[in-house]
Amino acid sequence: MASEEQVKNSAFDTEAANCLVKELRATVITGKTKSYEWRVSQLKSLLKMIEERDKQICDALFSDLSKPEMEAFIHEIALVKNSCKVSLKKLKEWMKPEKVKTTLGTFPSSAEIVPEPLGVVLVISAWNYPFLLSVDPVIGAIAAGNAVVLKPSEIAPAMSSLLKKLLEEYLDDSAVKVVEGGVSETSALLEQKWDKIFYTGNGRVGRVVMAAAAKNLTPVVLELGGKSPVVVDSNVDLTVTARRIIGGKWACNNGQACVAPDYIITTKQFAPLLIDSIKHELLKFYGEDPLNSPDISRVVNSDHFARLSKLLDDDKVSGKIVHGGQTDKSSLKIAPTIVLDVPEDSLIMNEEIFGPLLLVVTVEKIEDGIDFINSRSKPLAAYIFTNKKELKEEFVSKISSGAIVVNDISLHLMVDTLPFGGVGESGTGAYHGKFSFDAFTHKKAVLHRSFLGDAPARYPPYTAGKLRLLKALLDGSILGIIRALFGWS
Amino acid sequence: MGSIVDNFEDELQELREAFDSGKTRELSWRRSQLQAILSLIKERESDIFKALNQDLGKHHVEAYRDEIGTVAKSAKYALGNLKKWTASKRAKLPLAAFPSTAKLVNEPLGVVLIISSWNFPFGLSFEPIIGAIAAGNTIILKPSELAPACSSVLTKIIHDYLDNSAIKVIEGGPSVGEKLLRHKFDKIFFTGGGRVGQIVMTAAAKNLTPVTLELGGKCPAVVDLISSSWDRKIAMKRIIWGKFGACAGQACIGIDYILTQKKFAPILVEMLKKYIMKSFGDNPMKSNSVAKIINKKHFSRLKGLLDEPLVKSSIVFGGSSNEENLFIEPTILLDPPLDSAIMTEEIFGPLLPIITLERIEDSVEFIRARPKPLAVYGFTNNEKLQKRMIRETSSGSITFNDAIIQYAVDTLPFGGVGGSGFGRYHGKYSFENFSHQKAVMMRGYLIDFGFRYPPWNNKKLQLLKSGLRYDYIKLVFIKLGLKSKA
Repeated sequence: MASEEQVKNSAFDTEAANCLVKELRATVITGKTKSYEWRVSQLKSLLKMIEERDKQICDALFSDLSKPEMEAFIHEIALVKNSCKVSLKKLKEWMKPEKVKTTLGTFPSSAEIVPEPLGVVLVISAWNYPFLLSVDPVIGAIAAGNAVVLKPSEIAPAMSSLLKKLLEEYLDDSAVKVVEGGVSETSALLEQKWDKIFYTGNGRVGRVVMAAAAKNLTPVVLELGGKSPVVVDSNVDLTVTARRIIGGKWACNNGQACVAPDYIITTKQFAPLLIDSIKHELLKFYGEDPLNSPDISRVVNSDHFARLSKLLDDDKVSGKIVHGGQTDKSSLKIAPTIVLDVPEDSLIMNEEIFGPLLLVVTVEKIEDGIDFINSRSKPLAAYIFTNKKELKEEFVSKISSGAIVVNDISLHLMVDTLPFGGVGESGTGAYHGKFSFDAFTHKKAVLHRSFLGDAPARYPPYTAGKLRLLKALLDGSILGIIRALFGWS
Repeated sequence: MGSIVDNFEDELQELREAFDSGKTRELSWRRSQLQAILSLIKERESDIFKALNQDLGKHHVEAYRDEIGTVAKSAKYALGNLKKWTASKRAKLPLAAFPSTAKLVNEPLGVVLIISSWNFPFGLSFEPIIGAIAAGNTIILKPSELAPACSSVLTKIIHDYLDNSAIKVIEGGPSVGEKLLRHKFDKIFFTGGGRVGQIVMTAAAKNLTPVTLELGGKCPAVVDLISSSWDRKIAMKRIIWGKFGACAGQACIGIDYILTQKKFAPILVEMLKKYIMKSFGDNPMKSNSVAKIINKKHFSRLKGLLDEPLVKSSIVFGGSSNEENLFIEPTILLDPPLDSAIMTEEIFGPLLPIITLERIEDSVEFIRARPKPLAVYGFTNNEKLQKRMIRETSSGSITFNDAIIQYAVDTLPFGGVGGSGFGRYHGKYSFENFSHQKAVMMRGYLIDFGFRYPPWNNKKLQLLKSGLRYDYIKLVFIKLGLKSKA
């Protein structure tokens, strides 16, 4: 006999999604989620949840991704904790209306911009940082005073069910809900009318999400990906550069990160030196047998394993492997692999790798790297290692990407004062810190006018004199206004 | 002359090349274009007035006040602030990120598409164009075919004054719009109705193109019992302007309907009648102060709203119309049924329903129960009511004791929420709308914390825990081996 729980879970269809949204709307109407106290209580609860359950969180990450405890801590737990703390500290400030100046044209008046919640929002997260990419946007939604439904990725099932359990236990379940499932559950959710949809994932599904949002004129934030390039100049500290590249690539979920280096661009002359240095540091980091190192995540599942293996097996690519290339299907592990100068038309040069394969593309002059990058879709992040000021400046001004980091990788993720988001194919919208609050907020313009000052020039019947006065008013010049008033111009 | 089967490939190509050349990023280019807008406003004022009068019957003072003067103001504002907006901003970094620096750099998006509407064809074309230019983009403008004289004057003056390789106008109706939407733009800015807004966003989704939708809704005006006769006079003038004076009610932020207290309603109706006659005379049609309805289709639509029997019987003033001149006189209705079309659809015309409530505070509930409009208005000096309206209703904007004028305030964001749209512009928000704010972070090589990297061990974990807590003293101690636990 199926338990009530099972029966409830087995049919999350459009009707169920509809009921869910109705329930949340009813909560929002009461005004509960708008109060400062409610938001603070939820954020504090989240903090408590992380502190009390950090081991369970690490275990789930290990189960889904074989993620080493250190990575789980630095990249997911610590970042989420920081996000909570920053929101708690700054919430009062963020919630305050912003007074703005008004001009002579509307004198006397006062104006301000008042932040208000959007209402009921949907957060769809990804599998690679399943804790961070679920809870961080939820923090933003709560801080902004919304009710929220989280749909975690089914590709990280341990975290998905842990999130359902923990969020329901620690947070107000009349306003925060978790819906688990795959394509059909997500579709049922996407059919509903939301006040905002926040999606993290790939461009293909991003298009589906935006098209569904269009039916209800729902605004979206799309955190997508792309091929993040790393330009490496020759006058750099080789060891530190190699370490930072490895730290941003294989030490970040084994390259399965939206801002992980996808390919390196360097000069033909410098490439061998760079590759050697990376090999050298890789040995230090992961030892002789990286395939079995406990300090590196695995490939998430057999589908992605097959996808990555296929990229390597390609005739044009397999001969270009200069390091690694070993795979172990049973443990879903692929060793850190470097591939040098594959043909332009190979699959690996055109799809986001999202795995432990690092391409090296060589050019004649390092400046050619800029054109190479610009001929492709705008990535989520672009990196450059150089000490040359002009090259730095050229890179920053000519490359369009979500973000640019000079002489390091991915660091901008950890900074809550920088907006994190894409442009073009890598997405739209941004979050982190105050940007998270803003992403889930409507900034309402409020204008207070007095009955005292009134410009009769505005109203019919219309005359030439009124036209003169209007011109002066809109111009904002006191002299012009006086002249017009006295009929002098 | 374009070919009959024009897919605008050539135009798009030219704009992309112009953008890639980098010329639109130069501040000098942006300034020259903004200056050119100021020139064309000054020099072609009469052509613009003529077109607006032809398409919409607008009086030239109305045209100046609502569309031309505001565009001049916005262009000047952009010129004056261009340097500030385009400068990169330093971002504060937490101690743990030392020694790095970070800044936010604004960059143009690329080739943008601006689709404007027929009711303020100049204003709603140039305001977004100003933002797109200030941000350094190349532009296609598709004006509304429903205002054909304005559409062709726009084409001509933009051709004569602005850089043709970077800013183009493509005229036409739905089929032209559809062809344009098949191309990949870096941003689409749409002003119009929700139905077409949906079509635009759906097309944009295919290319992951971000959009701004400036839509509409039913903008309510809560009119409280105003005791002071001076205040009442001003309020009446502003209400009448906010309803009938701006494009005869065909304005997205025009007052759609009034909410007032039952006992104030008769006084309100009388005052409105008085001031309508003062503003427009005995024969509003001949006054040239009320715009005409844009076309027969909308004329019939509006007449149809009045034809419902219970609606017709609620008319207390006006109601007459002249199909040949596409003129509908300022009309007031008292308590038409709440489920009638006039109370459920956006009116977009000179018909003003007044809905009466027991208490004025009930207006908050009334507004809350309906889709979020682009603007909410409150004519009241009651601070408590004002506060409740701000806190308990949601709309693009909320204005007290006036209407429509929020459009002219450069420091306030202009845009909708919910059914009234998303995205915002005016002033610096126009600039931001067409920009990508890129985070740029720079690190040095000098200090590198070895505990950032694998292989992992407990000691490194402790160091990281301290580091992330900004506990540098502890960090130093652990490093020196003086402390064993974090």
